[in-house]
Amino acid sequence: MPEQLSITLTVNGRTHTKDVAARTSLADFLRDQLHLTGTHLGCEHGVCGACTVTVDGRTVRSCLMLAVQADGREVTTIEGLKDPQGAWHPVQKAFFEHFAIQCGFCTPGFFATAIELLGSHPDPTEAQIREYLSGNICRCSGYQAIVEAVQAAAAALREQATQGHAPRERALHDHERG
Amino acid sequence: MKAPGFDYRAPRRLAEATAILQDAGPDGRVLAGGQSLMPMMNMRIVAPQILVDINRIEDLARLEVDGGTLRVGALVRHVDILNSPLVAAGWPLMREATTYVAHPAIRNRGTTCGSVAHNDPAAEHPSVLLTLGGSVVIASAGGRREVQAHDFLQGIMTTALEPGEMVVELRYPAARPGTGWAFVEFARRLGDFALGGAAALLTMRHGVCEEARLTLVGMGEGPVRVLAAEELLTGQRIDAAGARDLFAAAARLAMGSVEPTEDVHAGSGYRRHLAGVMTRRALNTALARSRGEHHA
Repeated sequence: MPEQLSITLTVNGRTHTKDVAARTSLADFLRDQLHLTGTHLGCEHGVCGACTVTVDGRTVRSCLMLAVQADGREVTTIEGLKDPQGAWHPVQKAFFEHFAIQCGFCTPGFFATAIELLGSHPDPTEAQIREYLSGNICRCSGYQAIVEAVQAAAAALREQATQGHAPRERALHDHERG
Repeated sequence: MKAPGFDYRAPRRLAEATAILQDAGPDGRVLAGGQSLMPMMNMRIVAPQILVDINRIEDLARLEVDGGTLRVGALVRHVDILNSPLVAAGWPLMREATTYVAHPAIRNRGTTCGSVAHNDPAAEHPSVLLTLGGSVVIASAGGRREVQAHDFLQGIMTTALEPGEMVVELRYPAARPGTGWAFVEFARRLGDFALGGAAALLTMRHGVCEEARLTLVGMGEGPVRVLAAEELLTGQRIDAAGARDLFAAAARLAMGSVEPTEDVHAGSGYRRHLAGVMTRRALNTALARSRGEHHA
């Protein structure tokens, strides 16, 4: 058995201390040791974007980062996107409503990238969306619906920001009404 | 696939890192951003026995200007270059080149020093360092040395780095006033490795080109300076009417200076043609910018 290293990190707000082998990727650690299987592994060499997660506020390819490198860091995966009341993140909701998901394999990576984009660009152009998402590959839904979903999520997040607190229920309510 | 096993070290001080590298010799490898090394380990193209992770050495994250020279530490990431007002103001060629580097999640981790140390022929940063006449600061247990870009970059994924050494800093001199710049690339999809590209600098004074730099990307064993085109342009009066013929001549020299490889993405002839197109585009944009025009 290879040498085990002890790491302590926060994943989706919860702190974990675990022993890992040095060669274990962050992706394999999340899936196999924390059983957070929402992070998907496609190519395992940084090309497909499926394994994209957020570490200390920035997106990373979790197949290209070692679990030991996440020691002391804060990680967010797709399992951490819902708000404390259990409501979907506006990006999740928009993907669902715009049919931007088919098989769902690429989707967790798209969510992480789209959320990072909307954090720095609240009102992105279509070209900005396409450029920012260019490192995430989808092989079945097609990209048009994904771009439309990100535009809708941007609008929902802007509305949230102008309405202050308790925004998600309000946005959902407004949407259903009209 | 998964990376093979290795001994993992994460020193917090540079002196510890160089001591580990000295002991490791050819079995040691530096891990910075990991956006080239980790794929190669996962694909089992390389299998270092001792991996020296430098991400905890905070001193290496410095990005600063010192006496007109930009200093880029070994932990400065592509995203830091893109977000830096210093780089945007004084080293716009570097900023423009970085917009072509991969995708956001890769730019969040990958480092400029790592890109230069890796020296992939299709990578942007080796060509920028060469075009700007920069240098590489190398540390080892025995001390430091500074190597000029053209001596450091030796061929496909080959540099002047010796076992036990690591890149700690890149240095970029400032361009002279009146210098227009351009970095252009052609790829089939955003963020892909380029089929070809070019970097150009034109230092203009009263309509005369005082200095020209032209480097091709992705056309050979590494970045290729087109010295013949630089000589052709230097000393010439370049006005709007004459630029067309002059830049066409420079493009022919660029096409003649490369022997591009063939692969599944493009043939050799196509890439040579691209060398000419990229040269013309880069020179036109650099000329417009030397006059203060914004040329998309």
